[in-house]
This record gives sequence, C-alpha cells and structure tokens, in this order.
Amino acid sequence: MDGWLNLSPEEWTAVRLSVRVATVAMSASLPIGIAVAYLLARYKFPGKSLVDGIVLLPLILPPVVTGYLLLLTFGRRGLIGSFLAEQLGIVFSFRWTGAALACAVMGFPLMVRAIRLSIEAVDRRLEEAAGTLGANPFWVFVFVTFPLIAPGIIAGMILSFAKAMGEFGATITFVSNIPGETQTLPTAIYTFTQVPGGEAGALRLTLVSIAISMGALMVSELMARWVGRKIWTE
Amino acid sequence: MTIDVDVAHRLGAFALDVRFTSAGRLTAFFGPSGSGKTSLVNVIGGLIRPDRGRIAVDGTTLVDTASGIFVPTHRRRVGYVFQEGRLFPHLTVRQNLMFGRWFRPSQERKVQLETVLDLLGIGHLLHRRPGALSGGEKQRVAIGRALLASPRLLLMDEPLAALDDERKAEILPFIERLRDEANVPIIYVSHSLSEVSRLANSIVVLRNGRVAAVGDPAEVLSRSELVPQDAVEEAGAVIEARISQHDIQFGLTMLQSKAGLLRAPYLDLPEGTTVRVRIRARDVMIANAPPVGLSALNVLPGKVIELRGSGETAVEVAIDCNGVKLWARLTRKSVETLGLRSELPVYAILKSVALDKSTLGKSPLSANLRGADLGVRLQDENAQGGAWTRPERAETKRGST
Repeated sequence: MDGWLNLSPEEWTAVRLSVRVATVAMSASLPIGIAVAYLLARYKFPGKSLVDGIVLLPLILPPVVTGYLLLLTFGRRGLIGSFLAEQLGIVFSFRWTGAALACAVMGFPLMVRAIRLSIEAVDRRLEEAAGTLGANPFWVFVFVTFPLIAPGIIAGMILSFAKAMGEFGATITFVSNIPGETQTLPTAIYTFTQVPGGEAGALRLTLVSIAISMGALMVSELMARWVGRKIWTE
Repeated sequence: MTIDVDVAHRLGAFALDVRFTSAGRLTAFFGPSGSGKTSLVNVIGGLIRPDRGRIAVDGTTLVDTASGIFVPTHRRRVGYVFQEGRLFPHLTVRQNLMFGRWFRPSQERKVQLETVLDLLGIGHLLHRRPGALSGGEKQRVAIGRALLASPRLLLMDEPLAALDDERKAEILPFIERLRDEANVPIIYVSHSLSEVSRLANSIVVLRNGRVAAVGDPAEVLSRSELVPQDAVEEAGAVIEARISQHDIQFGLTMLQSKAGLLRAPYLDLPEGTTVRVRIRARDVMIANAPPVGLSALNVLPGKVIELRGSGETAVEVAIDCNGVKLWARLTRKSVETLGLRSELPVYAILKSVALDKSTLGKSPLSANLRGADLGVRLQDENAQGGAWTRPERAETKRGST
C-alpha cells in the first residue's frame, strides 16, 4: 500500500490545480448565483423564463457544446474574450482561469437551483417583521433572509464544487489539457488511460478524486447540520 | 397621542374605506373576521400601500397619497406585534429582543432591556431560541421586541388569538401594564368582546371594511347591533368601579360603583384600584319589587329607560341605576309578565359569579402614568420635533390649511 499512493510531482500538480480551479469556480460564482437565485425567486419581470432557461442551459447542453460556446465568446478572438484581453489584460483561453470559468458555468445551474429553492422557502412574514423593527431591505437580507437560506447556500456551494471537480467536456474543449496549466484531475486521468501502462496513475488519481469529493461532502454536511441546529433547536 | 386615519384601499373584491380619529391610550379595532381590521393595521404599519388617503400619528404624516408621501415601514417607528409572533427562529430570545433596538440611533433608544424583561416577565428566557418557547412566552417576547424598538405607536394584531384561554389570561395583565405604564399609544385588533371591553380606552367598530362606530367602550359595547353576531351573548354594559374592600372569609371583593355596591369573586388587586366591570346583559335579571330569599348578592335599584326588541324571543332592557346604564336581556314573555315600561322602578339582579376573569380587569382609568419608568417620553420628544421622518411637504400642507 505504501508507496502505491505516492503521487508524482505532475500528479500532485493536477490535484492542486483541480482543487484551486474548483474553489475559485465556486467562490466566484457564489455572489452571482445568490443574486440570480434571489431575482428568480422574488421578482416577476419580462423575459424571466428566458433568464431561467439560459441559467439552466449548461445542464441540458452537451458539455462539449458549452465549452465550444465559451471558446467562441471568451476565446482570444471571441466577442467578450478579445475585449477582456485588450482592455483589462484578462485572458481565459488555455489558462487555468479558463478552466475555472468553464467549471463555474457548468456548476451554475445546480448552485442557483439549490439557493433559489431555499429562498422560496423563506417565510416572508419574518422579513416584514424585521421591517417593522426598523431594518431597511439591505439589513433585512443580511440579518434575516441570509441566515435562513444559509443551508441552501451551503448545498449550492457543494454542488458547484463537486461539479467543478468532475468537469471534463467543457474544460477540455475550452482550455485543452495542458499539464501544469489546465490539466485537472479528470483530464489527467483521461490522459493516463490513453497511454500504455497508465492504469496505475489513473487509479491513484481516481482514489484522490474520491477522497476529495467525500471530504467536501462531509464538510458541507457538518456545516449544514451546524447551521440547522442553530436555527431549529435550542 | 392622536391617530388620524382616512384611507381607502381595494383588495380584490374587498374594499376598505375607513375614517376615524382616536386619542386613547389603547384604541381597539373591533369587528368580525373579514371586517378589515388586519388590513387597516397593515396600512398603518406600512405593509400595505393604500390606494388613497392620509394617516397621521401625533401630527406626523405617515401616508398622504394626495402629496405623494409614503413613509416606508422601516422608517415609521411603528411597533407591530403579529398574531403568530413572527420571532426570528435563527436568533436567541435576547437577539430577537435587541433586533429593533440595534436600528435605533442611541439617543432614540428610550426603552431599556431590563425594564421590558421586568414588565413582561421574560428574563429567564433570554438564552433560549423561539423553537423552545411556549405560545404565551413567544407572544410576550414578540411584545418586548416591538417595545424595545422604541416605537411611537404599537400595533397589536390579535396577539392572543392563537392562544388558549389559560395563556390569554396569562398575557392580558401584561398588556394592561403596557397600556398603563409604557406610555406608547396602542392599536389593538381583536374580535373578542372580553379583550376589547377589558383593555380599550376607545373602540373603532369595523364592519365590511367600514367604520360602524367610534367611541368609548361603555357606549359602544352596550349597543348590541354593533357587537358581532357570534358575540351577542357577550354584549352588555361596561362600568367603572373601585375596590373598596376584600372579604377574605368568603373570598369576595367589594366593588363600589356609581350604580351601587357589587360583590365579585376575589380579585388579586389592592384596595382602591379602579377596575372595569363588564356586566353581560344575559347575566342580569329584573325584579319589580325588592327580592327576598335570593341567592344573588348584587341587587341594584333603578328604573327602566328603554326597551329594545332584538328578535323573536329576546328583549333588551336598559336600566338606569343612579345614572349608570345597565342592560338586561330578557324574554319577551318576562317583559310582558312584569309589565316593564319606561320609567318603571325595578331592581337589577346580578349573580356575583357572573363577574369572572373574562369580565373584570384593571381599568385604563387607573393608569398611574409611570411612563418615566420605561424612559419613554413621547410628548416631550414631539415638542422638540423628534427624529422621526417628517416629510417636509406634509408640514407645508398643514401650515397652509
């Protein structure tokens, strides 16, 4: 057993990169996810079903299609990509940031869905009560709505993180499979399976992948239980 | 402490069209379910934006659709005690209580936590969460939470309706103390005659979204046509009396009223306290001669002043007992047998046990104005202009009229 799980430096790089990509994808999409979920849960506006559809699209489309669309829009010569590159110096294509973007987009529908359901479950009469006590809408959100939807936010975060850890199609299409830059766990495993004698490496990374996902799930369970206990019992 | 309301609002098929002025410490909105009580309170609290109208509390305009004024809820400083409590489940009792206080600038924090804990008897609950409180405790915390936000006006929407009789009896004395000591005007919504007659200084009777009557309880509650159909059995006279003596041997309390001496079951209040007694018309008997060999302890001489038929069987008889108007609900047969007519001298007879907890309470007139204890000094503050949002246009409008 010992030595069997000894990862090579390249494999370690893939593991670290995967965790970094998933963490950044989750954190960066969280504020937008909460805002979009709030918008969809609370407001009626023209084109709402269109927004709803666009948010869900990455869930329905083949990941390769999503990756290709990202390449078209955020690539060097893409509409948004060229603007970002020229004006702000931000480049996504073939960088780890591009992998994070692809993972964020793929995980976004799952995150928004979880948060939206929890917002819809909030008793709005509690928010009214906070208003009568002098809290303006901002403080009502901070002190009442946010704590009440915290379990939903945690669930959304873990779904987004898990999706990012496993994302393959959109990532490989958008930013390719460059070791040390865009090679995440799934693409590294894929690479191992394509070369003779790569089975051992693929298995090692598979075990690491399982360990990370299980760890994330347990952390989220603990957080959700802690928040839940704060809300519903003594 | 005047409250001026003149609003109209349409909610689907229901139309609210209400106009009244009230100056009492505790104004009750009284009426059956669906009469618009809660809608009206929500309009005053800013949870509903009325189609048309004007609301002013102590001369400060909260809503004036004509000049486009609508002070949002969080800037109204109107405390609201909801029927279901609406405590924040994720906060402790202490955090719930301090919630509104946190949003007040320190110079406007007129109410101290210790005072509220003492007034409502909730000091031992501070570290619990709402999920671990009984219904009565929740409601007391909700009242405390609203008070600690130092409101100019306290709205209470059926605060006891979700509680059983025992819990109601537990909270009513706290609301009486609030009325007498907190020095915050209260609007109290209820469909319960016993709560309203016990608590109110002034009553606004609502019926189908409109004001059916405004006035003091003695006057309004004796008019059976103003009392909801399901509560007509509870209608009667409301009189003030003073505790003159306790009879420990028999467990009785002597009440001196203008109409005469009343004996009630023992009341745990000091001698000299003014109480309010609701004498239900159905509990009063009439005799045309001084009764002998009678178990009832209260016999009040008077004369008939009015007879009012209220259906096939029953007649309501008004009796003037030394200037106090009592009502008796009798059968038409008894009225004929006794030959009751105006000016006839009679005796009103009342069993002592008919005066129970639901008909007896500390009178609002006994208020010993301990407002300073709570640190609330509303009038002073108003004299200085206060820090409440006072829309400028309202000022000019009032100045020009």
